Amino acid sequence: MLDRTARRKITNVVMLGLTTLATLSSISVLFFVLGYLLFKGGSSVNWAFFTELPKPVGEAGGGMANAIVGSAKLLLIAAVTGLPLGFMAGLYVAEFASQKMGAAVRYAADLLNGVPSIVVGIFVYTLIVLRAKHFSTMAGGLALGLMMVPIMTRSTEEFLRAVPRSLRDASLALGATRWMTIARVVVPAATRGILTAAMLGLARVAGETAPLLFTALSNRFWSPGLNQPTASLPVMIFTYAISPYEDWQQQAWAAGLVLLAFVLLANVLARLLLGPRMHLAG
Amino acid sequence: MVVLEHSMNLNRFCSLLIAILLLGIPAAAQTTVTGAGATFPYPIYSKWFDEYHKLHPEIQINYQSIGSGGGIRQILEGTVDFGASDGPMTNEQLAQAKTKILHFPTVLGAVVPTYSLAGVTQALKFTGPVLAQIFLGMITKWNDPAIAKLNPGVKLPGDDIVVIHRSDGSGTTYVWTDYLSKVSDAWKSKVGRNTSVNWPVGLGGKGNEGVAGLLKQMPSSIGYVELIYAIQNRIPYGTVQNAAGNFVKADLTSVTQAAAGAAKSMPVDFRVSITNSPGADAYPVSSFTWLLIPEKPANPRKGAILVGFLKWMLSDGQKMVEALSYAPLPKEVVTQELAAITQIQAPGAK
Amino acid sequence: MTPLFASTLAIGRPRFRLAARLRSGDVVAELVAFGFGLLLLLITGLLAWELWVNSALPRHQFGWRFLVTQTWDPVAGNFGAAAFIHGTIVTSFLALLIAVPLGVGAAIFLAELAPPRLSDAAALLLELLAAIPSVIYGLIGIAVLVPIMRTVVEPFLKKVTGGFPLFSGPAYGVGYLAAGLVLAVMITPFIVSVTREVLLAVPRDQREAALALGSTHWESTWHVVLPYARVGVYGAVFLALGRALGETMAVTMVIGNRPEIAASLFAPGYSMAAVIANEFTEATGDLYLQALIEVGLVLFLLTMVINALARLLIVATAQRGSAH
Repeated sequence: MLDRTARRKITNVVMLGLTTLATLSSISVLFFVLGYLLFKGGSSVNWAFFTELPKPVGEAGGGMANAIVGSAKLLLIAAVTGLPLGFMAGLYVAEFASQKMGAAVRYAADLLNGVPSIVVGIFVYTLIVLRAKHFSTMAGGLALGLMMVPIMTRSTEEFLRAVPRSLRDASLALGATRWMTIARVVVPAATRGILTAAMLGLARVAGETAPLLFTALSNRFWSPGLNQPTASLPVMIFTYAISPYEDWQQQAWAAGLVLLAFVLLANVLARLLLGPRMHLAG
Repeated sequence: MVVLEHSMNLNRFCSLLIAILLLGIPAAAQTTVTGAGATFPYPIYSKWFDEYHKLHPEIQINYQSIGSGGGIRQILEGTVDFGASDGPMTNEQLAQAKTKILHFPTVLGAVVPTYSLAGVTQALKFTGPVLAQIFLGMITKWNDPAIAKLNPGVKLPGDDIVVIHRSDGSGTTYVWTDYLSKVSDAWKSKVGRNTSVNWPVGLGGKGNEGVAGLLKQMPSSIGYVELIYAIQNRIPYGTVQNAAGNFVKADLTSVTQAAAGAAKSMPVDFRVSITNSPGADAYPVSSFTWLLIPEKPANPRKGAILVGFLKWMLSDGQKMVEALSYAPLPKEVVTQELAAITQIQAPGAK
Repeated sequence: MTPLFASTLAIGRPRFRLAARLRSGDVVAELVAFGFGLLLLLITGLLAWELWVNSALPRHQFGWRFLVTQTWDPVAGNFGAAAFIHGTIVTSFLALLIAVPLGVGAAIFLAELAPPRLSDAAALLLELLAAIPSVIYGLIGIAVLVPIMRTVVEPFLKKVTGGFPLFSGPAYGVGYLAAGLVLAVMITPFIVSVTREVLLAVPRDQREAALALGSTHWESTWHVVLPYARVGVYGAVFLALGRALGETMAVTMVIGNRPEIAASLFAPGYSMAAVIANEFTEATGDLYLQALIEVGLVLFLLTMVINALARLLIVATAQRGSAH
């Protein structure tokens, strides 16, 4: 019978080994998916893809320039509407709310999270598209923004709460008001986690197709402004991937690759712009 | 201090945001007409609208495939300028419309029985009743006498038939079930015809792609896909016995024949099913697909554009369809349609 | 009324206090934050209300039968969501079963063991997985996962368990098991990302205290760090569960789309989100459309129940020495 110390040491090694295995499996799945995407779509990513409008099947070339711009616009609207709403709601729950109100808002966020993306799209369709009698980029962006709210709310609340009391107390002791403490001390300390949540939320909605089908529809042409239907990468992927034409199917894979590349870019850009705030909590 | 730095970065970022938001080619003199509906004709419609745009650069017709049901709903709601559907609108749906909706057939399509059977590369022969029984789950094995009788000389395995159907609502399913309802009373009473039905047996694949994908995976399986899909992806498919008793393989000619056969009794509003149509060389599982246009378009300019497009579609447009594996409309139907276009009240249309 | 606001009115000379507070911005900040919190509540409430109102027809026609009938017949106008409810619960549960240990394990590795640069890079890459459109997961699923399931995994499971009901029936490849696996892959990035951040947010002194008392690295992680971050981890799991419940495209491509309740994981099934995505765009006729919306309502209610149960679980296992 091993003595307790030896058992504990073995447990340590085994369990930490298992976590390594878990990481390796997750990463390898990622690499497989990425590799598959590259394999299927890599050859179709060319200059024309980024600069030309979609061409009908049978004609060589053609690209998804309007879909790329469309996706960018949609994500921008989503970020501008969903992130602040989620962030402020999370802030409210973490800093100001009473027990009951806090629980209610948190619950609402969780419920919203479980709603299928197509139902969110139908919801925005009933509220906006039906009233305006036309599809629009704005409606699509709002639908996506709504889907980002739960992850922002939950994460903001978590990371604000995780900021140690010592930091808050120190700030208050120096004479700062409550809101100054929150704005200048607590939030910056939680920036890292909140930023991750924002990126995760953005990444998720970047690939969503269903909510856009009934709000932004799609467009074979350019879509100026915010009031017209717009093409977007996920919808183009969806339309092309299930079409009978191999040319279009390849473009669908290429679009998937490009979408990923842009999400990566946005991620890196955001971290650079908003500044690294490493390990402030510890 | 640090907060200030960040707000400067943020300012730069925000200006970039606004620049992107307003990006887009200014469409000063352009008119955009929006339509939505059936998925089946999406490739040919996108080709047509692209060509039409080249001829008339100030006109942009934007069509999106959200499904026939979606097309019908959107035209009823008035959120699009025109709709498109693989199945004609029912009387109840037409009654819901605030303004009368006209149907205009554009191209023809067909649905073919496809299968994945080891060792069988030739085209199997099917009859309507046999297909109905397979999809009802009453014929369960490939070497069933009913199938063997139609295909003497083919070595059919004794495996169970794995039935594959569409999981998503689709015009393809509508045409397939419409045909089965006509040739099998059991099917008609038990299942019926619709874009989505309660399948007695089988797995559901999403889209033609899903069905074809499942067919490839499952040995000894049978399913149905659009003709275009089978042709473009080189999937083997069987022949079906038509109303005249001949086993016809679906191709562009036999499909146009099915429409020609029905042209004689074409109703004035073009809402007709041409499955199981008479005609010696007609392929029995064929169908029109329609554009849904309001009799009195809300925007007169857009109405005029639609009229112009329809005329072009019926003449030059029809020449482009075969290259994409669609069957063109027979001459009789084209003539009837040109006359029907005058019903659209669009002052200023040429 | 929160303590802050109340104190503004109660203590001292009210008008002076109020003016002072307004100038210092605390009350304004609170009101603004409250406004947003309220907005979120209103939006979710409005969504629920829309779902309720737009499913009136089938609710009146079928009543509770809707929840227990398996038949889904658009032609006859006979609708029942039992098969979809079963499918959603089974696939989501399966996905969690696989993704939670995997995700939390990976998060522990990235937060505790990996050097910071490697950890950041890996986290970034995993977040990318979250951006891959659902339809691409579906396509890869049907091209890669389903054949593997049909030819390798399912026969193996059948042999190893010797006819256990959960692993019985013909091996189609598509079915609950395939859908559960695809969902697991899709939700793992959420769990890893958020759990990693939550673990990193645990103050160093907690770990150091445990280590100083002689615990091994694993023990300090399992017995001190993880419990401290417990609520955050639950939050991560909830986010992941939310995605799993509402996932449409990828599920519908690999689940077999058969509205039938079956005991075996190899059998084809259907889920609530999948049927809505499949049939909504083509549905015509008020009863059909509203029946689909009622399915959305049922999903919403299911989310409510699961969340409520889980909340009770958290309260029941409440512990001192956590971040809350």
